[in-house]
Order: sequence, then C-alpha cells, then structure tokens
Amino acid sequence: MTDACVDRDVLSALQEVMEDGYPELLDTFLADSEARLRELQKNADADALSSVAHSFKGSSSNMGATRLAELCQELEQHAKDRSPSEIIKLVAEIHDEFAHVRPVYEAERQRSPAH
Amino acid sequence: MQPQEPLTILIAEDSAADRLLLSTIVRRQGHAVLTAANGAEAVEVFSSQQPHLVLMDAMMPVMDGFEAARQIKVLAGENLVPIIFLTSLTESEALARCLEAGGDDFLAKPYNQVILSAKIKAMDRLRRLQATVLQQRDLIARHHDYLLNEQRVAKAVFDKVAHSGCLSAPNIRYLQSPYALFNGDLLLAAYTPAGDMHVLLGDFTGHGLPAAVGAMPLAEVFYGMTAKGYGLAETLREMNAKLKRILPVDMFCCATLLCLSFQRRSVEIWNGGMPDGYLHRIATGERVPLAARHLPLGVLSPQAFDDRTEVFSMAVGDRVFLLSDGVIDTCDANDQLFGVERLQQVFAGNRQPDRLFAEIEQALQDFRGEARDDVSMVEVSLLDVVQVNPPAPVYSDSGQSCPLDWSVSFEFRGATLKRFNPLPYLLQLLLEVHGLRTQSGALYSVLAELYSNALEHGVLGLDSSLKRDASGFARYYEQRNKRLDALQDGYVRVHLQVRPQGEGGCLVVRVEDSGKGFDVARVMERPLDDVRLSGRGVSLIRQLSRNPSWSDDGRSARVEFFWEALA
Repeated sequence: MTDACVDRDVLSALQEVMEDGYPELLDTFLADSEARLRELQKNADADALSSVAHSFKGSSSNMGATRLAELCQELEQHAKDRSPSEIIKLVAEIHDEFAHVRPVYEAERQRSPAH
Repeated sequence: MQPQEPLTILIAEDSAADRLLLSTIVRRQGHAVLTAANGAEAVEVFSSQQPHLVLMDAMMPVMDGFEAARQIKVLAGENLVPIIFLTSLTESEALARCLEAGGDDFLAKPYNQVILSAKIKAMDRLRRLQATVLQQRDLIARHHDYLLNEQRVAKAVFDKVAHSGCLSAPNIRYLQSPYALFNGDLLLAAYTPAGDMHVLLGDFTGHGLPAAVGAMPLAEVFYGMTAKGYGLAETLREMNAKLKRILPVDMFCCATLLCLSFQRRSVEIWNGGMPDGYLHRIATGERVPLAARHLPLGVLSPQAFDDRTEVFSMAVGDRVFLLSDGVIDTCDANDQLFGVERLQQVFAGNRQPDRLFAEIEQALQDFRGEARDDVSMVEVSLLDVVQVNPPAPVYSDSGQSCPLDWSVSFEFRGATLKRFNPLPYLLQLLLEVHGLRTQSGALYSVLAELYSNALEHGVLGLDSSLKRDASGFARYYEQRNKRLDALQDGYVRVHLQVRPQGEGGCLVVRVEDSGKGFDVARVMERPLDDVRLSGRGVSLIRQLSRNPSWSDDGRSARVEFFWEALA
C-alpha cells in the first residue's frame, strides 16, 4: 500500500496547527467522508451529486488527499454532462481512492491517540 | 506585525472537518469563534451575537452562502461586517456571484494560515475605517445640528429686536435673505419721535455667529437712541464707541445710516465703508451717488471718529437706494466682479421703479450663473408728510407721578452747541407730562425747528434762502458744519413752563438766541402752505403749535401747547 496520493507535508502542517485536536480532525474527516460516499452512491440527481462532490473536494484538499480532490472536482464539473454509466464509474473511482487513502489517516490516528 | 485586537469571527461551513480545521486556525490567531453548519444557522448566529467578521462557505445545504451573505449585509446596516467567502470555486462567474452577494474577499481551499491571517487583518482595518467614518459623520452631523440650533436661537432673539422697528412701513422695500444676519448683513428702520425715519444698512466683517454677535448691541443703540430723538451724529458716535469697545480689532461694521425727513423733505446720510447708495430724483431721472466718506463703525477711537453727515433735498416720490457689497462683489466663473458699471446699466435699463430689485437680482443671476443669498438691498421713498403714520409710542408708567406745575430754563453755550444735542433730554423731560404724550410728534418737531432755527439762523447766522434749490441745500449744510466747527461764542436759551389749567394744562416754550434776529413781519406774510425748501421751519411751527410769536427782532420765539383732561 502506497500513500503517494496523500501529501505528507499537508499532514504535518495539520498536526502542527491542530495540536491536541489532530486526532479529532482525522476522526471527523473519516466520518464526514463516509457520509459523503453514501450520499454519492444513493443519489441519481446531477445537482445533488455536484454539490456533494464540491464539499468532498473541499475537505479532501484541506486534508492533503490530492487525487481524491481531483476526482471529486471531475464529478462536480461533469455531473450534468456525462452519461449515467460514466458517472457510476467516476463514483466508483472516488470510492476506491478513498479506500486507498483511508488507511493512511487511520495510521495517523493510531500514531496520535486521543487524550 | 502589530498585535491585533481579538475579534469575534463567525465560521459558516457545512463540512465538519473543514469547520473544525478553520475554527482551530482562527482561534489560534487569538480570535473568538462562532460556528454555523449552513446559511440559515449563520444568519441566526449573526443576528444574536453580532460577530465582527464572517468566513462563509459558498455552497451549503438549507441556505447557501450567497443568500446568507445578502441577509447578513442587510442586518449589519451601515456597519461594515466583512464577509470572506471560503471557496474552492474556480469559475470566474461563481466568484463574481460572491461579490454581488456582498462578499468582500475570497479564501481558497486548501486553507493557507498565513494568507488567512493577512486577510482577517486587512478586513479588520477596513471595518475600523468604516466605523471611524461613521463615527465622524455622526459627530459632524451633531455639530451641524448644534450650530443650526444656535443660529435658530440667535435668529429668533434677533428677529424680536429687529422687528421692533418699522421695516414694514409702506415707503420701505427691501430684499434680504432670512439668514442674512449670519452673513453679517443688518437692516434696521425706526421712526424718530418727530416722525422722521432712521434706516441703517450694515455689514459686519466675517460670517456665521461671529458676524451676528455685533448686530445686537448695534440694534439696541439704533432703536434706543432713535426713539429718544437723538440725531444721526449722536447715534453714530455711540454706535462707533460701543462697537470699538466690544469687538475684536479685526471686526468692524460697514454701515450707511440715514434720516429721512418727511417734513423737511430731505435725507441726511452717513456712509462708512458701504458701496455707494443712490438718491434717485424721479423728476429728472438723476441718480445722485451717496458715497462712503468715512471708515466703518468700530474702527476709530471716539476721539478720532467723524460723525459728519451730508444732507440732500428730496421731492415726494424720490427714492434712496442702498445695497450691500454682495451686489457689487458678485463674481462670475472667471472671477470678474459684477461691479458698479453693470449696476448702473441695470439702473439705466429700469423702466418701472418697483421692478428694480427683481432686475438687479436677475442681472446678478445671469452674470454669476446662479442666485446668491447674501445680497441685501433697501429702497426708501419720500412720502408726503400726511401719508406717514408713525405708531404712537407706548409708555409703561402709571402717571401717578406726573409733574404739572413747574418751569425750567437752560442756556447752551458755544462749545456745548458744537457737540451736544439737548433735544432728547428736553423731550424726555416734557414727556413726563402725560397730557403732552399724545402730541409728542408735534412737540418734538416744533422743538427741533425752534432749536435748529436758533442755532443755524441765529447763532451761526446762516441764510435760509440758500436752501432754495438742491445745490444751495447741500451748500447750506456744508457751511453749517464749517461754522459750527469754528464756533466760539453765542448761546441758545430754552425756557419751559408747565401750568395746570382746569382738568388739563398748558406748556409754554420760549427759545432765544444770540444771533442778529430777522424781519418777523416779512416772514409772517408768507402763506402757511408754503412748500419751498427755505423757510419751511417757521411754517411748520405755525401749523403744529398754538399762538406762535416772535419778539426781540426774531431773536426770541414763543409757542404754546395745550391738553385737555386725560381719558
């Protein structure tokens, strides 16, 4: 498993900013992301998809998940002009990318236990 | 960087992770944080807690950031509550929407702490600047209100004083802004006890309240001394001395003071520093300039002050026109002055005398391109004496102490005759007798004639036939001044005797002088309704008093006044 898709510099900056709040930020991001993934999977409405993808893009970029943010931006921009099958494929890619980065954040969480 | 005063900052962001991250960053920069998860919550928190600044996500459920920003800007009213949009929006159209909704700046995701801190500081400066501007605007508005109120009070008090005069008399027309007082302009008019009219047009240096403060004492002297029967010279001396005493050195009052005599058909005038006035002779169309011959009031010491006046004969219907320097000094767009020549062109073009003010105003407006409100003009016309109805003076005493049986004699000699006018004192004394009050006008006129005959024809030896025409009239008054200056000897004696008579009483006035006398029989031959300029005095005495007689070759004049029981 590689963490090439998470910017390590961002993570250390976040840790420095958040100090004791770092584990909480990681927990919040993971919980938030799971909720957004569920919304993406059950929604067929293009506007709703675009809006969820926009929010997901914002938090992913803040958390240093660069590739995840790029995929979300693609979905946000093209939710209206792509075929349902293309959308399903893109949502699946987002799902996979999150599965890919998730262990990185979980590992971070393990390294800095909540007090 | 300077330490920043902590602000309360509202963070409206639907993503929990972003909200947590941003709250932590902002709190670490020393500010208090309020949070909202959507636009509706943001508006609610804003109205209950009034944060200084808002960080607002654009895309949020329930109510988006655009609508929330609009509502918050409305709630904030005049105060500047900066809104920084948090956005990963990239399209310029979406960024423009943020600004249209009232956003003041953007912050892109992912967040950069340094940029965020700099933007919060910049917005806080803007916010404080706006607060300062509002504070100063309110301060200026308060000062302005305060000033207006002061002016209102000053004007109300002054109007009470100014309106005690006779500006509404039928022979006076004037044009003046209601707030002319605060341009330093002053217009006063009042009847003398003899039924003459005194008019003053003054112009104090400066503007605003400082220009208005001198008006009150000046008006008091004007009304007080005019009502008591003082002439122009004494009134001017008192005005000058008073203004000199109370005004700072760089403040003075340009003024023209005139006495219009309906009985003598003449105008006596003193002009200190005002633009030329004009005596308009209707019969010939001639406009005689009434030029400034003196420094303004309040400049010279009482010793150096020159109260010398000029006297001009007038015919019924002739007009005296006075104006403030606002007329002459009106500038056009190229700083050219309106000037005397243009004024005289308006005079020349004038066909209906009653339209003169309107024509001058129009000319000023055409010249300048807009009307101005600091122009004062006044025109007084000479009426036939029977058309003049000065109001009866009001007395406040009860009459219990009215003296009814007395006599008194005065002798006024050389040096006194030069400077002192005894008439106001004599009149005041006589008006203690209630029965004489109803005829105070006639009494004063007759006393004034008797006294000036004794002084001018008797002591000074002036020939009344000089006053036959207008130029002789002016020469007569020149000689009068010259001879008065040179006067060493001579006297005028005044004897007053008051006796009760039944329910009423009788006053006998005798005036004697040290002059050569005159041919009484020849003067008495003239018809009573004589309106020639010369010799009117005797005619007037014979019309207004009872049993006038002259003895000692005209050196002694005697008249009587009677009154019946008082109602």
